[in-house]
Amino acid sequence: MEEKPLKKPQESKSVKKTITAQKAPEFTYKPFQLQQFSCVGKSVLKIDGISLARGRALFTDDFQIPQVHYVKFLYSPHAHARILKIDTSGAEKIPGVVDIIHCFNSPQTLHTTAGQGYPEPSPYDTMMFNSTVRFIGDKVAAVLARTPQIADKALKLIKVEYELLPPLFDFEKAYEPGAPQLHPEPGKGYLAGMTYKPEENTCALVEINCGNFEAGIKMSDYTFDETFYTHYASHAMLEPHAVLSYLDEQDRLVIISSTQVPFHARRICAMILGIPERRIRVIKPRIGGGFGCKQEVFLEYYAAYFTLRTGLPAKIVLTRREVFRSTRYRHPMRLHLRVGTKPDGTLQAIWIDALMNNGAYGTHGLTVLSNAGSKVLPLVNKAPHQRFTGRTVYTNLPIAGAYRGYGATQGYFALNQMFDIIADRLNLDVVELFRKNAIRRGETSPIFEKLGEGKAGSRQDIESCGLPDCIEVGLKEIDWYAKRRKRLTDGTRVRGVGMACMMQGSGIPRVDMGSAYMKMNEDGSINLQVGATDLGTGSDTILAQIAAETLMVPIEDIIVKSSDTDFTPFDVGAYASSTTFVSGCAVLRCAQQIREQILGVAAEILREPAESLQMAQKTVRGKARALTFREICQYALYTENQFQIQASSSYVSPVSPPPFSAHFVEVEVDRATGDVRVIKYIAAVDCGTPINPRLVEGQVEGAIVNGISWTLIEEFRFDEKGAQLNTDFGRYKLFTAADIPEIKTILIPTYEPNGPYGAKSVSEVAMNGPAPAIANAIYDAIGIRFRALPITAEKVFQTLKTQSTR
Amino acid sequence: MQVKLTVNGETNTFKIQPGETLLETLRAAGYTGVKCGCEAGDCGACLVLLNDLPVNSCQVLTAAIADEAVTTIEGLSRDSLANLIQQELVAAGGVQCGFCTPGIVVSATALLRANPHPNRAEIQQALASHLCRCTGYVKIIEGIQNVARRL
Ligand code: FES
Ligand code: FES
Repeated sequence: MEEKPLKKPQESKSVKKTITAQKAPEFTYKPFQLQQFSCVGKSVLKIDGISLARGRALFTDDFQIPQVHYVKFLYSPHAHARILKIDTSGAEKIPGVVDIIHCFNSPQTLHTTAGQGYPEPSPYDTMMFNSTVRFIGDKVAAVLARTPQIADKALKLIKVEYELLPPLFDFEKAYEPGAPQLHPEPGKGYLAGMTYKPEENTCALVEINCGNFEAGIKMSDYTFDETFYTHYASHAMLEPHAVLSYLDEQDRLVIISSTQVPFHARRICAMILGIPERRIRVIKPRIGGGFGCKQEVFLEYYAAYFTLRTGLPAKIVLTRREVFRSTRYRHPMRLHLRVGTKPDGTLQAIWIDALMNNGAYGTHGLTVLSNAGSKVLPLVNKAPHQRFTGRTVYTNLPIAGAYRGYGATQGYFALNQMFDIIADRLNLDVVELFRKNAIRRGETSPIFEKLGEGKAGSRQDIESCGLPDCIEVGLKEIDWYAKRRKRLTDGTRVRGVGMACMMQGSGIPRVDMGSAYMKMNEDGSINLQVGATDLGTGSDTILAQIAAETLMVPIEDIIVKSSDTDFTPFDVGAYASSTTFVSGCAVLRCAQQIREQILGVAAEILREPAESLQMAQKTVRGKARALTFREICQYALYTENQFQIQASSSYVSPVSPPPFSAHFVEVEVDRATGDVRVIKYIAAVDCGTPINPRLVEGQVEGAIVNGISWTLIEEFRFDEKGAQLNTDFGRYKLFTAADIPEIKTILIPTYEPNGPYGAKSVSEVAMNGPAPAIANAIYDAIGIRFRALPITAEKVFQTLKTQSTR
Repeated sequence: MQVKLTVNGETNTFKIQPGETLLETLRAAGYTGVKCGCEAGDCGACLVLLNDLPVNSCQVLTAAIADEAVTTIEGLSRDSLANLIQQELVAAGGVQCGFCTPGIVVSATALLRANPHPNRAEIQQALASHLCRCTGYVKIIEGIQNVARRL
């Protein structure tokens, strides 16, 4: 971003005083009247709720099978080193040690651990064990032993000879000439041939132009340049990753795994282990949260390989320390924004330039990067000239991967602060700035078409958009005009309010596929089998609601089984906010077929045309009489023209309707300590029809608290050798129940014509709000802008101190 | 070595390794409702009642509590107060992945036994030793408030 700004508004010395107080416009919001459904739109109880609350539902580590052996890993103590020799002789002698694997005796198959569709839009740059280790936490060897203690003991006796290589820690210098090269080995790169430049430590490059950015900037009256930084973070789902593998009675490999992507896990394991998919069954039991951290296949194949080598069941349960050191994290990013506007704040041109740190390996490197543009720029579609450029680099730091929000979170941190800055400088209400520039129903953005997930995107018009209503309702709820720019002060504590607008998507259009299978039982109940993966979100319940609604049966009559590659049809898994929308549409279509079949059988029994029959409450009513579902199913199974009432359906969407949201936050900054306390948090969300409002609120609240915690207190600390220092919850703190502010989620219903019963997704969108909204509120309170995350009390304190001494 | 313990009212002898934690003993004996989230006393997923007081079982050495009484989530599932808590947590939407839930049910049971009508701050304090990454705690607090209202 080398050009000089044409005109830059002068930063006024006392911005606060010169700005005229903004008046509250009239409140005119009238909620959209939701269509009345029988099961959809109701907060039915989560179908696995009680068994979870009783501790009866089984998670991976809860499966106990005889003869199980345990896997433990030896991790690299060096950030960058070549392995010259591994001596396992001492470790092998320990009684109870069964097998040891490492780079010299295991399959050397290049792959990516990203649990994405095939061919993955992530570079193939890693192996089960790499002979060059690239971060502290890279796997060097694995031991299979009778107990975890024996395995741990064996690890200490493995002797490894390393040749140290210079490490690369500063991601902003990663592509400079002379930087240590992390992946010089030939043969690495993308299956689908995307740009890959290992000589510049670059695993992804993106450039998208809509309109003519340079011309747009020249035509602009004001230009703004800003740089923002976001940081590493742990998903910190409560259940550490776990895998159990064993051979069943037919010598097939069964892998029980805490995975978000059972079908991708099967495919990737088959490839690495060199066995066909038919020999592998992956089961996802209950899983204790994922948030993207389990959209990676990086453990299953170790357990499976041991099982294949030894015939023994093998179990891996990571410790929390391992989760912190050797799994996946949020991608740190540097974002440059350059924006040109008219005097009234209408955007003329916007350029987001992102530099992303992927750590040692490139998993999700291209797609997370792209999402910082593709999920962000369409929101401000009024700018005719848009550019997105991005680069993802390798460093000798922990591996970044998918994390709720997936690049959009990073992008919105920058965009929303940029809007706040522009509004401030142009003396506008930031809310007005969004109203002027944000996308509306019936509109589109060229970005949708140009920027997809590793390839071009998919054109789409916005057919539902509740953003204006979200803004209006949020404004009122936080009492914006009474608080904004007021700096209400109590001793050393000052209050401020800030806001942020955001969107996400609903699945990856023309890529993500979900499918469903259903069959009817004699009592009128329905088995619903879906590949969709409930990782605690409640998707089993939501899909059951969609089925129950379509078939007009109570939810208890839908028996859901999900995520077993032997018994459920394919689904990409739980990521990209896809399940409610994509898998939901598959279930809807499947249920519609079942409905047709039920009516068909009833028509045959009653000798009436199916079109004249009415279905309600597990009966079909004809002119002559009504038939119960039991009668219908019994007839189909036993009486005449027997067949199983059953259907299957797949769905892949041409569009990815975005959920929209506006967040408003009030904070209190203590000028004496730097402490930032969130007082009140309002999230107004448009996710179309909320299939289950309570579960929707739960998704929003979970994301908000995760977001606040990430913004204010969560931070990876590394030592000078690149080792993460705070690898437990004692030192990597999360928000607890005692820390949370008043949080209010307001659902703004709209109807998305492409979604099942009008629904869009909701699991990720709220993650994008807390960081920018809080940063903006802090600025409102104390006039200091924090462009780099996290905004810890220490940082605020230091900044206040330097300011006051200046 | 062997240790006698009363778990959920049943007295049994458990074979344990030196240094084994109560969490390990319980899970190995099939009480898998007791979850392991950190093994460091930081998350509360492993919470049980020891002589009716809540403790993180990962922080207790089994050998040190010979002959004492332990109640796990499995045992509480016969307790009417715990049942009510379970129902209200589910009804409020306070159970997502459910990995933190057994520990939270144990905590809430201990809290409401001692103080059937806690205010919001007291509930928040009682839950402060638990981590939940899914719910943002809002609906967990709400669920417990709803129980208190029914007591
Ligand atoms: S496992 Fe005991 S407190 Fe976390
Ligand atoms: S519900 Fe998942 S950690 Fe609490």
